[in-house]
Amino acid sequence: MTDPVPPVIIFVVGALLVPFIKGRWKSAFLLAIPVVGLINLISIGEGTHWVVGFLDYRLVFGRVDKLSLLFGYIFHIIAFIAILYSLHVKDNLQHMAGLVYAGSALGAIFAGDLLSFFVFWEMLTVSSIFLIWTRRTNAALGAGFRYMLVHAAGGLCLLAGIVLHVNQTGSIEFGYLGLNGLGTYLIFFGFGLNCAWPLLHTWLTDAYPEATITGTIFLSAFTTKVAVYALARAFPGTEALIWIGAIMTGFPIFYAVIENDLRRVLAYSLINQVGFMVCGIGIGTALAINGAVCHAFNDILFKALLFMSMGAIMYRTGKINGTDLGGLYRTMPLTCVFCMVGAASISAFPLFSGFVSKSMVMDAAAGGHMRIIWFILLFASAGVFHHAGIKIPYFAFFSHDSGMRPKEAPIHMLFAMGIAAFLSVFIGVFPETVYSLLPYPVEYVPYTAPHVVGQTQLLFFSALAFTLLLLSGIYPAEMRCVNLDADWFYRKGGRLFFHVMDRTFNKINRVCERVFVGGITGSLARISRDVVPRFILLGMVSFWVLTGSRGEVLQMKKRNVYNDFLKGTLPVGIGAGVAGLFIILLFVLS
Amino acid sequence: MADHIENPESPNQQSTINNQQSKPYLFDKPKNVKILLRCFYGALLVLLIIEFFLHKHPHFAWEGWPEFYAVYGFVACVVLVVVAKYILRPLVKREEDYYD
Repeated sequence: MTDPVPPVIIFVVGALLVPFIKGRWKSAFLLAIPVVGLINLISIGEGTHWVVGFLDYRLVFGRVDKLSLLFGYIFHIIAFIAILYSLHVKDNLQHMAGLVYAGSALGAIFAGDLLSFFVFWEMLTVSSIFLIWTRRTNAALGAGFRYMLVHAAGGLCLLAGIVLHVNQTGSIEFGYLGLNGLGTYLIFFGFGLNCAWPLLHTWLTDAYPEATITGTIFLSAFTTKVAVYALARAFPGTEALIWIGAIMTGFPIFYAVIENDLRRVLAYSLINQVGFMVCGIGIGTALAINGAVCHAFNDILFKALLFMSMGAIMYRTGKINGTDLGGLYRTMPLTCVFCMVGAASISAFPLFSGFVSKSMVMDAAAGGHMRIIWFILLFASAGVFHHAGIKIPYFAFFSHDSGMRPKEAPIHMLFAMGIAAFLSVFIGVFPETVYSLLPYPVEYVPYTAPHVVGQTQLLFFSALAFTLLLLSGIYPAEMRCVNLDADWFYRKGGRLFFHVMDRTFNKINRVCERVFVGGITGSLARISRDVVPRFILLGMVSFWVLTGSRGEVLQMKKRNVYNDFLKGTLPVGIGAGVAGLFIILLFVLS
Repeated sequence: MADHIENPESPNQQSTINNQQSKPYLFDKPKNVKILLRCFYGALLVLLIIEFFLHKHPHFAWEGWPEFYAVYGFVACVVLVVVAKYILRPLVKREEDYYD
């Protein structure tokens, strides 16, 4: 075998070749890309590879350690699953965008310096926009533009931070930064935007539900997880992250309860799950960091699984609102089962993957005696079961009968969901497989009797609450509506800004036009038309009056000189004489 | 999970989509739903009882209280739904074309 190459190259080259491969080989080619990538990744040893000199700096395209490898593995796995899921798509642009997007994520996590990291970070944004726009609806177009603007702002913030930081320290190495100085704060903020921190999160809940069915699977896996990786790399143990993470776990679940679009419910629960990771990174102990990245690994799988099951419904029925769906278990039983595996995993049921990772973060919080944080996380654990664990499968597959009898999902979708479901259960049953990949040695034992029983009680009794609320009619009915969120500030605020700018500047413009174009310029033109003869006449008339010209003769002389100047018909001799006089005058005066 | 008992959908609605109306599905029978609910309530009871046979090693004092997780899970979800329905929804709900 040849020498390994940077993982990003395989994906980007693969993406560029996509349009040239036609027919039945296309599926095989697409699937081969992540497989070749994974073989390539395994053959890369830990250490620093592909160091390239650039100006006075060294760019590192292959900083391979346990942390980046873990993300490398899962990114390859999910790329394979997402590509398998999207094999029916005929649109080359979507395949290319997905591959470049996955490649950029790999480039970012293996980047050992801030410059190349930034470039991959921006590639991530640009390629992902096409996964939204290729849905080719007006809503997707608008959401894509908002997504682009928000990320452009975050990217500029990150760039400013990097420039300040490099200027300050003279090093572009991407390692532990910690919060010190404006540069690192800006970097922190830039990471936070991609991580969907509270109030910065709306690009996610706005754009992901508008993306293509298959694009959302890619989207759910990469952007936020690269941000989690970046935080784990640069800001572990930063106390602010504990609170930011806790709030992230808490507030989205309220929105998820009243949201009608089921993919948007999942987008909110994505923020909720990333909150656990951010919180773990903030706590910063070995257990917490292990828990955070392990949860990222698991979340990529079960979140993609949930998005895939909702995507399959959308693919078959064309609908995704809770109000339109229901009773689909009848004809889509396999999708239903896979969805429930995803639901059980995200809810952290024992024997499912969420259980073995989320509890590490919870234990780390308890170990640090963070009472309030622990209560918030526990509340979020119950809440996530409530909306992602019960609401999603219940409103889609059970609930009232929508009357629709769609066909089961296509076979490649079923395989994609099956792989994700299998891995979610496998990790839940054999957690050691993932634990062995974590950055720190793991001593944590998830399966103790009190933990299993405690967690099961928590989940079952929140299920009881759901059942009783539903039977009593208190549970909020699904409604066709828009729920305001922080994006109101730039969606409505943006319009307000536009109107204010429109009114103010266009008014100023009109006034300026009146004054300068219509007023001053006209007057100037009128004045400059005959300013010279008038000036000349001023001198001449006094001269003529002194020499005795009066009445008709004076008027005629004035008229003649004035007209001659205007028409430019002065005898040449006069012009030459004036010029000569002027030169003499200059000579005398100098 | 019982409100999908009422099944008989309008026949024309069904025939437009599929003509499988004669086939009864798992939860079309009220009996099956009842069995499912009974199993669920039974499991809850077992979970409540089993706790007393465990040796706990709590991080926090309240983790040692009897049925702490059960009560917390139940209360948390009721609070979640009530807050979302009666406080959040009136604040943020708008017409579907609000942004258009």
